[in-house]
Amino acid sequence: MQIKVLGPGCPKCHETEKLVREAVAEAGVSAEVVKVSDYQEMAKLGVFATPAVVMDGAVKCSGKVPTKKELLAWLGK
Amino acid sequence: MKPLKPLQPLDLGAPCACQQTSQEASLPDSEDRGVLARRVGLGVLLLVAWWYLYQSLAGLARFATYQVLGLEQGTHLADSVEFFLFDTPKVLLLLALVVFGVGIVRSFFTPERTRRVLAGKSEAFGNVLAALLGIVTPFCSCSAVPLFIGFLGAGVPLGVTFSFLISAPMVNEIAVVLLYGLLGWKVAAIYMGTGLAVAMVAGFVIGKLKLERHVEEWVLEIRTTQGGEDVPELTWAGRVDAGLAAVRDIVGKVWPWVVAGIAVGAGIHGYVPEGFLAAIMGKEAWWSVPAAVLLGIPMYSNAAGIVPVVQALLEKGAALGTVLAFMMSVIALSLPEMVILRKVLKVRLILVFAGVVGAGILLVGFLFNAIL
Repeated sequence: MQIKVLGPGCPKCHETEKLVREAVAEAGVSAEVVKVSDYQEMAKLGVFATPAVVMDGAVKCSGKVPTKKELLAWLGK
Repeated sequence: MKPLKPLQPLDLGAPCACQQTSQEASLPDSEDRGVLARRVGLGVLLLVAWWYLYQSLAGLARFATYQVLGLEQGTHLADSVEFFLFDTPKVLLLLALVVFGVGIVRSFFTPERTRRVLAGKSEAFGNVLAALLGIVTPFCSCSAVPLFIGFLGAGVPLGVTFSFLISAPMVNEIAVVLLYGLLGWKVAAIYMGTGLAVAMVAGFVIGKLKLERHVEEWVLEIRTTQGGEDVPELTWAGRVDAGLAAVRDIVGKVWPWVVAGIAVGAGIHGYVPEGFLAAIMGKEAWWSVPAAVLLGIPMYSNAAGIVPVVQALLEKGAALGTVLAFMMSVIALSLPEMVILRKVLKVRLILVFAGVVGAGILLVGFLFNAIL
């Protein structure tokens, strides 16, 4: 599974990335977490509010920091 | 059998706001009603307590200053301390209440929805609508660039997009609450009205100048199709949670600014003589308005930090127009933001943007110095 965390690099984006990594470790799934800070790529993914989380190409959340609970649910736990 | 809807809102259209840390998505109906009833009861109770506390702040501040701390009446120190002890809780109480209310209102708006409303709107009307939506749409300044691309890609005209981007950070609930709490409703209304006017007119002018070719090419080629049409509706309990999350998040983050700002303001209140600033920031010094705008560009602060200082400046003889121009410039024209915008805009368009907004702010400054 590939998880993309989209954000230009503000505190909220870093927080999101941290939470995603924690959730992945907690869920015990094997996933690659990538940080995307390129605006062009964000636009291609259809995201225009950051921070956003994209899992295997599907936009799960945009414009807010997700909770650990939400992340775990998206990871299927 | 009909396919079941997923419980969690998974789409781009999820009710997200970057000011809100998060809220539980949705609760089952019956549970929701129970939660809501309890919330409403608790809410009424809290509101009464809030009002009572708010009413007694002046007395409490006097009591703390002269009885508890035993300061002598009429000294500089006592003036400053009383001012600080009265204004800090007052502003924080107001802020908590309004941020909660705005948090609930914002749960009805998402950037996706706003974009859908604005796409294909004619100019003029679009500019007015965009500036107004800028108040209620959840927005954080680090989202400015992706939002810009998303709006243009969906067919929102350039000028209308700018109206939104100018209004969203400048006319926000924190600025209006602080102005109301520290300077009264008239100044708050003037700030809000002129801020909206600057956003509308500046966006309209930028639209009329036909500057689309000064947007980076790759931005114009992007046509976003993902719209998140079926935005899952939040329940009322969910909206209350969104309001509470906004209070935790925003008040939790801005209170040090407010306290620091009021402390500086209190110092000025107690120690700087009346009329001290009249010569350099008063009505007669016409050059103080452009100077205030220029000074505001490299400064970057949020409304929470700047308003208490603004209050202190006003009290010591600075003119309202000059001070408003300074505040708008600090919030709306910031160097870091322009550097970020350079990724999607060519230098020429950034200069036009800064020039048009700056001119609008200047006009506001001169206008209020002239009529008040």
